[in-house]
Amino acid sequence: MKLVTAVIKPHKWEDVREALETFGVTGMTVSEVSGYGRQKGHTEVYRGAEYDVALVPKIRLEIVVDDGDADDVAGIIVTAARTGRIGDGKVWTSPVDSVVRVRTGDRDSTAI
Amino acid sequence: MDGYNAFMLVATLLVLMMTTPALALFYGGMTRSKSVLNMMMMSYAAMAIVGIIWVLWGYSMVFSDEGGIDTFFNSPFANFALDGVGYDGYTFMMFQLTFAVITTALISGAIADRVKFSAWLVFVPIWATLSYFPLAHMVFGCTDGALICSQIGAQDYAGGTAVHINAGVAGLVLALVIGKRVGFGREPMRPHNLTLTMLGAALLWVGWYGFNVGSIVFSDDLDASDQFLAETGLTFANTTLATMAAIIGWLLVEKVLHGKATTLGAASGIVAGLVAITPAAGAVNILGALAIGLVSGALCAWAVGLKFKLNYDDSLDVVGVHLVGGIVGTLMIGLFSVTAGEGDNIAGGAVDGLFYGGGLGSLVDQLLGVLVAVAWSGAATLLIALAIKFTMGWRIDEESEVEGIDFDQHGESAYDLHTSLSSGSGGLAAATRPDPATRTEGARA
Repeated sequence: MKLVTAVIKPHKWEDVREALETFGVTGMTVSEVSGYGRQKGHTEVYRGAEYDVALVPKIRLEIVVDDGDADDVAGIIVTAARTGRIGDGKVWTSPVDSVVRVRTGDRDSTAI
Repeated sequence: MDGYNAFMLVATLLVLMMTTPALALFYGGMTRSKSVLNMMMMSYAAMAIVGIIWVLWGYSMVFSDEGGIDTFFNSPFANFALDGVGYDGYTFMMFQLTFAVITTALISGAIADRVKFSAWLVFVPIWATLSYFPLAHMVFGCTDGALICSQIGAQDYAGGTAVHINAGVAGLVLALVIGKRVGFGREPMRPHNLTLTMLGAALLWVGWYGFNVGSIVFSDDLDASDQFLAETGLTFANTTLATMAAIIGWLLVEKVLHGKATTLGAASGIVAGLVAITPAAGAVNILGALAIGLVSGALCAWAVGLKFKLNYDDSLDVVGVHLVGGIVGTLMIGLFSVTAGEGDNIAGGAVDGLFYGGGLGSLVDQLLGVLVAVAWSGAATLLIALAIKFTMGWRIDEESEVEGIDFDQHGESAYDLHTSLSSGSGGLAAATRPDPATRTEGARA
């Protein structure tokens, strides 16, 4: 099993969710986060005083999938979240040792 | 006369609204979220204190016509606690009370986030007594000896000198004496809620009609109803048009200098225009009002950057908006003033300005008026500021300032947005929490 984690632009969230549902992903964890990449944040101006705002708002998705689906899911997120402009985000996958469904005690693939 | 009194009661209410809630919201939104309550409290406290001392001795210093030094102020005792002021004078007295209140409250914008509330409570009545009441006498008292109004002859319709230059200079002096906020110029000190500021600016604009239109003065040689109609119409139109032009002026400068027209710029343009047209509202025509608005909007937009260049922390730009705007409006009367005449042109100023064939005379008078206001306010404020600095002290300690003045000075915080973490886990304070022993007994029973 793999954990696919993606950090995307907030306004692409609906596109990504639709694409993942169409593919058949049944659940995910979504958080509102903030951070920055190579482009840093942005500048705001108040009465002529410029402030560098380092952290910009993002959405983070966490999805546990079977090994065979990991590349497809990552690819779907990349396609749906891409605007081509700076700050589109990142997707990465990492191994997951085990998963247990709390309600039933089901394990691993059955629990996803 | 009944109609006039009803009009003045409404005008008085409008000006009262300018301090609370309008100025409190305007300033409160511009501070950081940890300081908004203290910022608002300075307006509310100014209202309470200045209102009380106004009826005790302020009105007497400004408008009684006996005792004192007529050039600068009159006796504080002649009409102490309104003794000798008939009820028929109460509406005018209350209208003028609101001017004293808001002028003092305006200063608080220069010293946001860092001043002991007790120091503000001490400063307010002394400053009103030593700076506002004398300047108000020189401008609004307008007896034969009054310096700005009579001896110099400078025009000031609703308070460019006594209100805005006075508050602006006081803000500058306090900012210099008290010093900068911890982290000024290094840490971001962004406005925490521009929607509050926008609401406050709009309410200030509405309230300002009471300020300017309510400042109507009757002259004995004109028919009162004709003059009322003409003068209120002119001041209403001028107040509106100058403000509109100032929004444009501010936004144009922003667009050129910083690339974007901002919301705070629009709100600031509103105030800059209102400040500048205040002294000129009854003295200029529409073209003059548009010019005054445009110039003040543009100049104030530029002037708010001075604090970073000159390195003083006038936190919410009392200097950049009120001092600069007040000077622009007061001086430009010397260019655009048109004389009141007969018939359609019954409303207007006392003399013709430079652009209407009046020569340099009016401009020089206006400049002298500005200089007197700057000198008087500067000297009085410096005296009080230093006296407080070397006795009780102005500043809260650095750690409290960083943590937030709201909690340090008032024991409150403005917002409770994270209930599950900040108050949920902490629970009730010990004093109000049910006694654990009692609770246990109750459970056993």
